[in-house]
Amino acid sequence: MALPVAFFAVFFAWPVAAIVARGLKVDGAWQFGRILDVVAQDDIRHVLWFTTWQALASTALTLLIALPGAYVFARFDFPGKQVLRAVVTVPFVLPTVVVGTAFLALLGRGGLLDELWGVRLDTTVWAILLAHVFFNYAVVVRTVGGLWGQLDPRQEEAARMLGASPLRAWRKVTLPALAPAVAAAALMVFLFTFTSFGVVQILGGPTFSTLEVEIYRQTSEIFDLSTAAVLTIVQFVAVGAILAVHAWTVRRRETALRLVDAGTTARRPRGRGQWALLAGVLATIAVLLLLPLAVLVQRSLDAPDFGYYRALTHEDGGTFLVPPIDTIGNSLQYALAATAIAVLIGALAAAALARRDAGRLVRGFDALLMLPLGVSAVTVGFGFLIALDEPPLDLRSSWILVPLAQALVGVPFVVRTMLPVLRAVDGRLREAAAVLGASPWRVWREVDLPLVRRALLVAAGFAFAVSLGEFGATVFIARPDNPTLPVAVARLLGRPGDLNYGQAMALSTILMVVCAVALLVLERLRTDRTGEF
Amino acid sequence: MLLSLQDATVRFGGRAVLDAVGLDVAEHEVVCVLGPSGSGKSTLLRAVAGLQSLSGGRVLLDGRDQTGVPAHRREVGLMFQDHQLFPQRDVGGNVAFGLRMHGASKTQQGERVGELLELVGLPGAARRAVASLSGGEQQRVALARALAPSPRLLMLDEPLGQLDRSLRERLVVELRELFGQLGTTVLAVTHDQGEAFALADRVVVMRDGRIAQSGTPLDVWQRPADEFVARFLGFDNVVEGTVTAEAADTPWGKVPVPEGAPQGPRTLLVRPAGVRLVPADEGLRCTVAARTFRGTHVAVHLQPEDAPRLEAACALREAPGVGDAVGVEFDAAEIVVLGPEARP
Repeated sequence: MALPVAFFAVFFAWPVAAIVARGLKVDGAWQFGRILDVVAQDDIRHVLWFTTWQALASTALTLLIALPGAYVFARFDFPGKQVLRAVVTVPFVLPTVVVGTAFLALLGRGGLLDELWGVRLDTTVWAILLAHVFFNYAVVVRTVGGLWGQLDPRQEEAARMLGASPLRAWRKVTLPALAPAVAAAALMVFLFTFTSFGVVQILGGPTFSTLEVEIYRQTSEIFDLSTAAVLTIVQFVAVGAILAVHAWTVRRRETALRLVDAGTTARRPRGRGQWALLAGVLATIAVLLLLPLAVLVQRSLDAPDFGYYRALTHEDGGTFLVPPIDTIGNSLQYALAATAIAVLIGALAAAALARRDAGRLVRGFDALLMLPLGVSAVTVGFGFLIALDEPPLDLRSSWILVPLAQALVGVPFVVRTMLPVLRAVDGRLREAAAVLGASPWRVWREVDLPLVRRALLVAAGFAFAVSLGEFGATVFIARPDNPTLPVAVARLLGRPGDLNYGQAMALSTILMVVCAVALLVLERLRTDRTGEF
Repeated sequence: MLLSLQDATVRFGGRAVLDAVGLDVAEHEVVCVLGPSGSGKSTLLRAVAGLQSLSGGRVLLDGRDQTGVPAHRREVGLMFQDHQLFPQRDVGGNVAFGLRMHGASKTQQGERVGELLELVGLPGAARRAVASLSGGEQQRVALARALAPSPRLLMLDEPLGQLDRSLRERLVVELRELFGQLGTTVLAVTHDQGEAFALADRVVVMRDGRIAQSGTPLDVWQRPADEFVARFLGFDNVVEGTVTAEAADTPWGKVPVPEGAPQGPRTLLVRPAGVRLVPADEGLRCTVAARTFRGTHVAVHLQPEDAPRLEAACALREAPGVGDAVGVEFDAAEIVVLGPEARP
């Protein structure tokens, strides 16, 4: 318990506090008046308003599009279901930069739609909304569909026997049981879209800016630290509120529901309506999830003889000090280190949280662990630079800085994956081992570890994918001679010319393939599908 | 004494689950703690095992204070209520677990596992998966696992609780023989008096975290200490009365009591066997309210005119029908004058 707390104190709380202090403290005096000043500005109000309504709209749109998908995955059996389930999850672990790039290739200037019909959406909010749906489709399908598949259909049958019509039975029995899961999924989506950075940065253009993008702009372009600090606080408060609600719905979801093996509730679709529903969902997945990725791959191959890929291996002087292809190696190393850190910290935290005698304080830490998901990654990155650059902890020039920042984002995933499994381990198994002479460490190794090994691997995979795609913090602290894949993609996109564009596509494709492979390996390991991610 | 509890107290949020319990278990003794659920008997085992720390008092093993000794160094065995076999290991892996923890070599482990599985009647089952075992087999494996490291004290928590009746009756005899053979010291807890009486040299009845009575099964059965013990053992003919010389004045009329019974206002237990049915014009006049067939006898529920119901045991042939009028007389040998209840 001490280690995770210390980790979060040093590498999360301190940098964030440091940057907020830097922004709001003038000559040693706090300038809280700045908060009101900044919030009163018209353009900031506009950003706040846009952040909120695009998050709400994205959430609504995602639910609308993904709930039928959740139903189909939960209740229908069809060939290729397992593979498809893995495929829809791929976007979720894709780096935001790749998602942005893929939609740019689909909807942007010279994109597929532009070529076919002359339609460009990259200057409209639709590009952002669709990218958010793409990104979060899996959240809804997994959280809601996972529970849906395990609800006992006989409950609905019982209601039918008592005289309820099918619709009424669904409304009165299934919907209330699902409601907490839907709420939890909606909150996750809202959280992710509220703090969206990479997608908006690439697709938003100059017109659309979320809080996170604005923080980035204020810090790195305008150097207005105090405005950035205020925005960080605003986002922090908003995210804190969202997380509090989320924690509450998660607890609600843990109430006793009669759950059955998901395999037994699914069956072949029957009748024209159900087949149409299945076809509709499959078509949605094809157009919304697969098409952007396909276009991305196609664009990356546009030059003859894998030209863009080959270009990656050349040093081009201007953008990087190294050939872009080297970023793959960098990224993998960073991600591996970040995974190791995240798994260590996350597993320790989960173990502490899973103890039945965990006190209030420890349980409060649970919610705190989720904060890095919501706090501006840009702030964390910049805070690293400010807080960790002087003795006793001068890590500015150390390579470990990047994995540390990436691990922060990975830890919540590790905790969320491990916690339900650890909680499910019967405490008396541990006692049985202790009475047979196993020391506490031995008990963990002999009882807990074998039971949670799979969960640990899955958690590691998530942490790896998330670390690989981390952009907001890394863009600040990755050194110019050692950029990561997403940073390189963003830089390439930021420069004019077909070659740079093509290279960005090629690099994104590589990143996508690495993430997808990691995820597909995980899918094979995963048995329990009620986890939160 | 192998095991001594001295004023052992465990409190959960102000409520004493174990209330100053004193208990001694001698070497090779089989002691069974009997009590309803919530009486604190499982907590007693957990406290001895070191899984539950005491709020007060001490646990001594071989005369040594165990305060601060963690569970894995106490060298006691505990068989859990629902066995708690390790699902990820096979039968052999489960039985060998304790041996591995104590650093036994692979060959030693193998020999001991074979020996123990033989002992519990599952020879050659070492490679079987835990999930494929029936309830009775799981119970045997759990026993073998607990016995493997040769604990100085073996504790059993509701050892046969989840098994069906016939299996339970068979296993209880097997266990008794096994413990006699091995000379194991055993502390078991159960809520089933049949199990306790069949298994134990000595029975300890618990109520609300305190010991209500301790004695040989015969003692406890013949002379329950108070109304609680009597009722827990299934006796319902308990009545208030005033003892004068060799008879007591009760709502059921004059009831004879054994010689030398304590005098004054007392609680009396009348065993069903001590309720004799006589023709309706003799003794206490009752109507038969119900009959329950009990296998060896019939329990007849009798309703006197102005007094609580009472139960009589009689042979099937002699049992009156529902609605019949009968007379009742009492047999002094089957009447116990109970002590005052030790109210917590």
